[in-house]
Parts: sequence; C-alpha cells; structure tokens
Amino acid sequence: MGTRDCRHICGESSPAVGEAGKTGEWRDSFPVIDPEKCLLVRQNKPSCFLCWLYCPDAVISKTIPIQINMEYCKGCGICAQICPAHAITMVREEGLCLDETG
Amino acid sequence: MARKASIWILDGNRAAAQGVKLSRVQVIAAYPITPQSPVTEKLSEFVEGKELDAQYIAVESEHSALAVCTSASMVGARTFTATSSHGLAYMHEMLHWAAGARLPLVLACVNRAIGAPWNVLNDQQDSISQRDTGWIQIYARNNQEIIDSIIQAYKIAESIYVPVMVCYDGYVLSHTEMPVDVPAQEDVDRFLPPYKPHTILDPANPKNYNLVTLANPRVNAEGVLCHGYMELRYLLQEALQNSRETITTVGREFGELFGRSYANMFWENRLDDADVVIVAMGSLAMEAMVAADILREAGHKVGVLGLRVFRPFPKADVAKALKKSRLVVVFDKNISYGLEGATCSEIKSALYGNSVRAVIRNFIVGLGGRDVKARELVDAVNKSLLSLKEGDLNEEYPEWICAI
Amino acid sequence: MKINAVNMTEKEYLLPGNRTCPGCALSLAYRHILKALEGQVIVTVPASCLTVLHGMYPVTSVTVPCVNTPFATTAASATGLVAGLKVLGKEGLTVLAIAGDGGTHDIGIQALSAAAERQTDFLYICYDNEGYMNTGNQRSGSTPLGAISGTTPILGKQQNQKDITAIMEAHGIPYVATANASYPLDLYEKVRKARTIRGTKFIHVFVPCSPGWGFPFSDTIKIGKLAVETGWVILYEVEDGVFRLTAASESIAKRGSLRPLREYLMEQGRFKNITEEQINELQGWVNTRWKRCLDRAVNN
Repeated sequence: MGTRDCRHICGESSPAVGEAGKTGEWRDSFPVIDPEKCLLVRQNKPSCFLCWLYCPDAVISKTIPIQINMEYCKGCGICAQICPAHAITMVREEGLCLDETG
Repeated sequence: MARKASIWILDGNRAAAQGVKLSRVQVIAAYPITPQSPVTEKLSEFVEGKELDAQYIAVESEHSALAVCTSASMVGARTFTATSSHGLAYMHEMLHWAAGARLPLVLACVNRAIGAPWNVLNDQQDSISQRDTGWIQIYARNNQEIIDSIIQAYKIAESIYVPVMVCYDGYVLSHTEMPVDVPAQEDVDRFLPPYKPHTILDPANPKNYNLVTLANPRVNAEGVLCHGYMELRYLLQEALQNSRETITTVGREFGELFGRSYANMFWENRLDDADVVIVAMGSLAMEAMVAADILREAGHKVGVLGLRVFRPFPKADVAKALKKSRLVVVFDKNISYGLEGATCSEIKSALYGNSVRAVIRNFIVGLGGRDVKARELVDAVNKSLLSLKEGDLNEEYPEWICAI
Repeated sequence: MKINAVNMTEKEYLLPGNRTCPGCALSLAYRHILKALEGQVIVTVPASCLTVLHGMYPVTSVTVPCVNTPFATTAASATGLVAGLKVLGKEGLTVLAIAGDGGTHDIGIQALSAAAERQTDFLYICYDNEGYMNTGNQRSGSTPLGAISGTTPILGKQQNQKDITAIMEAHGIPYVATANASYPLDLYEKVRKARTIRGTKFIHVFVPCSPGWGFPFSDTIKIGKLAVETGWVILYEVEDGVFRLTAASESIAKRGSLRPLREYLMEQGRFKNITEEQINELQGWVNTRWKRCLDRAVNN
C-alpha cells in the first residue's frame, strides 16, 4: 500500500490524543484516590484542584470527584506528591515483568 | 504584449532589486556581503521610501536571513533574500530546510569565490556547492536576464513549491552597468499572481509543520497512510524532475507578455551546424559567443550552449542539442575537487547512454575573479581540436587555465 | 483577576498521550504556557525535548499551530512569523519562540540577541533543564558547576552556568522574567502579562529533568521548589526596568531566609561527585545573586 492518498507535500501534522500511543502502558504504578480524604469531595464545591493543576500530561479532569484518564496516565506520581490531603496513593501495577534485582 | 517598458541603465544588483520590487515581495531579510551589498541597500531604500510595501529585516547573519524567509513564507508572505559566497555557505542548513519544507523562496546568489584565502571576486563555487539542496538554480548571462529571471522565479517557485536560486556573476554582472528593459508594474502584476501558500498557520485549524518524521510511512488519526521521510524526499525530487515543464512554460508566457522568451533550459548559439560546441554558464556564456565568432572566422563550425538552468539539469535537452557534435569543450568557473568542473560532469552524464560520441574536454577558468579572455577560450578549443586529431580522447582530469 | 487552580480555564492545548517522560516539568510548564496564551499563538520550536513532546508526523500532541525550525534559528524563525503576519495584516496572535537551554544559551543566542535588538514583537521562552537532555544529557552553557553529564562524565562540569536572563535584560527589552514549572500559577501570570506587552519578551522557565538530573520522577515538583527555597532559582520579573520578586521568592525575601544549597544538590544524582569547594563556590554564587535581587527589590 502506497502513500499517494496522502496529499501532504511536506511534513504537516494534525493534533490527536495519544500521539505516542496508550501511554498508560508505560506505568509501573498507578494513582488511587481516597474520596474520603479528597478536599474537593469533602467540600463538594470547586476548590483545591492541585492534582489537576500539576498534572504534566493533562489526564486529570477538573470535576468533582476528579477522574484520571488511565489510558494515558504515565503514573509519574506528581499528583500523589502534591495532594495536600494525601488522598492519592501510588499502587504498583500487577503483572509487570520487571527485574526486581536490577 | 507589454503595454510599456522603459530602458534603464542598471548594474546587476540594481536590476535584481528592481525585479524584487516588481514582484511585490512582502518580506525581505538579508545580510550584507560583497558583492551583494548594494542589493540590500537598494531594497532597504525601496522599503523605507515606501516604494515597496514590505518588511525589511536587517538580520545578523545569512543563516537567520533564510530562517526569517522560511517562516515568513509559511505564514503566506512572498519573500526574498540575496547573498554571496560565505553567506550562501552559511545558509546551507536553511537551504535544505526551505526546500524540504517546500517553500517557494527566491534567493539571488551573486556568485563569488569562497575562502580560504579571502577573495571577494567572481567564480561559481558558492552556488555550485549548494546544488544538492533541492533548489532550482537559474544562471543569468546579463543584467536583463537577472531582472527577468527573478520575476519568473516567483512564478515557477509558487507553482510547484520549490525554492529558486537566481545566480549572477559578482562584479562581471553585479557591478557592471548595462541597458535593461524594466517591465511595467501592471504587466508584472498580470504575469505574476499573488502567492498562495500550501501551509496553514491558524489556531482554528492547527497544523504542526516539519516534526520528526519516521523512516517508514505512518497512519494519521483518520487512518490515512501518510508519507515516511523517504516519500517526502521523493516528492521533492519528483517536483524538480517535473519542473522543466513549469520553467519553460513560465519562460514562454514571459516571452509572450514581455517579448523576451525563456522557453528553453539553455541558450543556443549557432548549434544547428556546429560540430564543436562550447558549454559555459552565466556571463561566461557571453564570452564564449565571442570566442565562437573568432573560431568561426578561422573556419571551424563552432556553437555555444549557454546553460541557464543548472537544477533541474536538462539532460534530455542537452543530449539532443549536442547530438551532432564531435567535440564538446566545457568551461567551468568551479571545481568539484578530486574530479572536474560540475557542469562538465553533468554534460557527461547527459550524454551517457545516448548515441552522442563527442569527445568532452573540461577547462577550469576564472576562479577567484581571474579574468577570462575570449582568446583563452579560443586557444583552449584549438588545443582540444588538435588533441582530438591525435586520437587522445577524454582526459581523466580537467585542464586549468592558470599560471601553474 | 488573580489566577488560581479553581478559576483557571479547563481548556487544554496539550493532549494526553504525548511522548514526554513521566513527570516531565517541561510538559507541565508548556501546558500552562499554552493555557495562558489561550491557544492564540503560533509556536516556533528548534530541535529539543519539546520537539519530542510535539510528536511525530503526521500526528501532533498540541492543538496550536507550530513551525519547527533548525537549532540556531528559533528567534529568526519567530522574526519571520512576526514579519509575515504583519505584512499580511493578521493581528491578535502571539508569536511564541520556545527553546531549551542548548537552543538559547548556546547555539541560538546570536539569533535571539539580534531579534531582541530589533525589538521584534514576540515572546521568547527558554525552558531550562540545564543540559542537552534530548540528545541524552550533555553539558550546556546552563549546566551547573560540578554536575555530571555525558560530556563531563567523571569530574563534573568545571564552570558554572551563565545568567541568560541577565543577558537578555541587558538588551533593554520591556519584559524579562524567571519562572519555574513547580509554580505554574506564577508562570501562567507571567505569560499572560507578557502577551499584552509589545516588543521582545523573555521568560526563563526552570524545568527539572528527572532522567537527566537523577531524581525520581514523582519528585519533579519538589526539586523545583527546593531550587527556589535554596535560591538556586530566583523568581522575579523586570517590567520596563522595574524589578519585582514574585511567588515563593517574594515570600522568602519578606519572611525568611534561604535554605542551604546543599539540600538541593544532594537530592540529585548529577551532583554525586561534587566537591566541598564546588558546593562552597555555588553557595557563594547563590548568596551574591540573592543579595543583588534583594537590593533591587528594595530599591524599586
């Protein structure tokens, strides 16, 4: 199959989610939210949103409660670090083929 | 035909500047270098004096000059830059980038030698060194051809999205005054439509240009298989391969409107009955015609093939034009070190596989402004004819017309 | 209206699933830069980590128009965009030139200096991860004294970084500022302000690099904050010659003192071979700079 259907004469790219694929597959741990602790949930009005503010990948929604797009969350753990209420913990992904000794 | 035109006495640099002005260029970025500097001064004067509605960017380097033109062209502005020698060498990276991004820039190269050692005088080593950057290269023989070629260059470039370099010899043309028929603005406007970019830089339709491109094709978000790096390179080659048609058509249209036709990739002078052909490029082709006159008087059937378009190289046209020749003498104002003059290599390549069996001789002349006299060209042709009789065929390396 | 996490727009211009490393401070900073510009921007970028973030043809991970340009040409490319927009009568767009420290302190400084001297109306952002991270962490003009890098592999760098913001301020441009990915609101405000000013605007954004500097990627924000708390990074802006400390630097100046630089250095693998003399030299450099900033803040 050739590329003649592509009308580009130079490298013209268009925006799309997941340019690098499902970056959620890169994770070695994932964020788990405890709604009991989340200030946002407890106050039930727009407040805090620091996890949303600090997410480098824009995968956290600005909603109550927040939603994390696990298809693309790379599991960096910044949200867990930044949460003033310690409502987010990072949990190790199951089934990772990592050499624990290495 | 053109409504009116007027004969001005112009040197090559001012002819170039007039061509730029008549082409209604919108963004000019240039850095002064001898012998191109008067072009930058004249264009600054046009812009400051509001004779030309353009942005003149006095950049700090040639590299930046071409970067300014490249990005301005992406937004949709018609651009121009001019340079020489080291300036063109400094642009090298951006020359590749502009062609790869398929931007229809026009650049005037005022041909000058490259150091070391320093030399500000004419040869064609600068532009020849850039032959593989994907630009169309047009060489002018005189100042009329400079102004005409610049106007045509925009039409060619913007038709096929390939940048064009208009080359003319430093001092020999750039600083030598000649009568030049300057076209009327309304006629140039009829000839040259406004520039329509292929690029879109609009927040409402965001596109990202010239990102990292993989070796292999890649599917986009809509499922269309898009090019890999190599396919994009092929498209540039294809555009240059097919550009002969555009170049000659534009040249013919120019002739219909202005009375000076450029319907051929090279100039022919008495080739019809010639069995000895002198090949030269740029102003050297004019000198070659004087040499041909002298040789004709001595009874030789000599013609001249003056290369106008060096890229794309008109292989088939050249092979056809040289069909009847038994000797081709190629004069080069450049040298591909370790081999021969660049135009000689191209002529040989054009003849290979055709039925032409001419002996080809190559002479390197005029480097760093060394004067080239018609008499020297005549002597070189006579010497080649003599060796031809002795059965000495193609020489491995070129002969240099110098004092060594 | 003072911006905060609650009132900041939800609209994103950086899409999930991009190619940056986990916990990338550049990604975070860029996300807020684009938000502050509300997408009304044409971006030009040289070869850098941001090129990686932007993705690979034919797909990009940002919803703003962008022109990629060779390494040395960022500010010249911006000049071309500005000139083209002007001559075509297109108004209302910010031209953003954004390059790393290699592309700014080193190969791009000539074009940047000239564009500033020409008073080109554009915003230049240098995101500084203190090395050539995109090519695998080699030393740049911004790599600190004592830092191990691919080209200072054993001894660490023997010279300290140059102060690019001071260099840009010396051009007499109407706005220079420093920012830090760990303080996104401060960054956002500065970009928003720069957007309204005519002429050349320069913002230096400090972006800690987990793989390059040797710290866990969950610590990106912490490292960035430590840099400010120890005075390695000072958050300020200079608007029409008026100097002002901002965010945490302003608070530290008012209420506290800097923490020892050692605390910042010891968190990072790249300083594992740093000597006591080098730490002292760096601390002296920080002290001098901090005092100069305090003096300027008082005098304004």
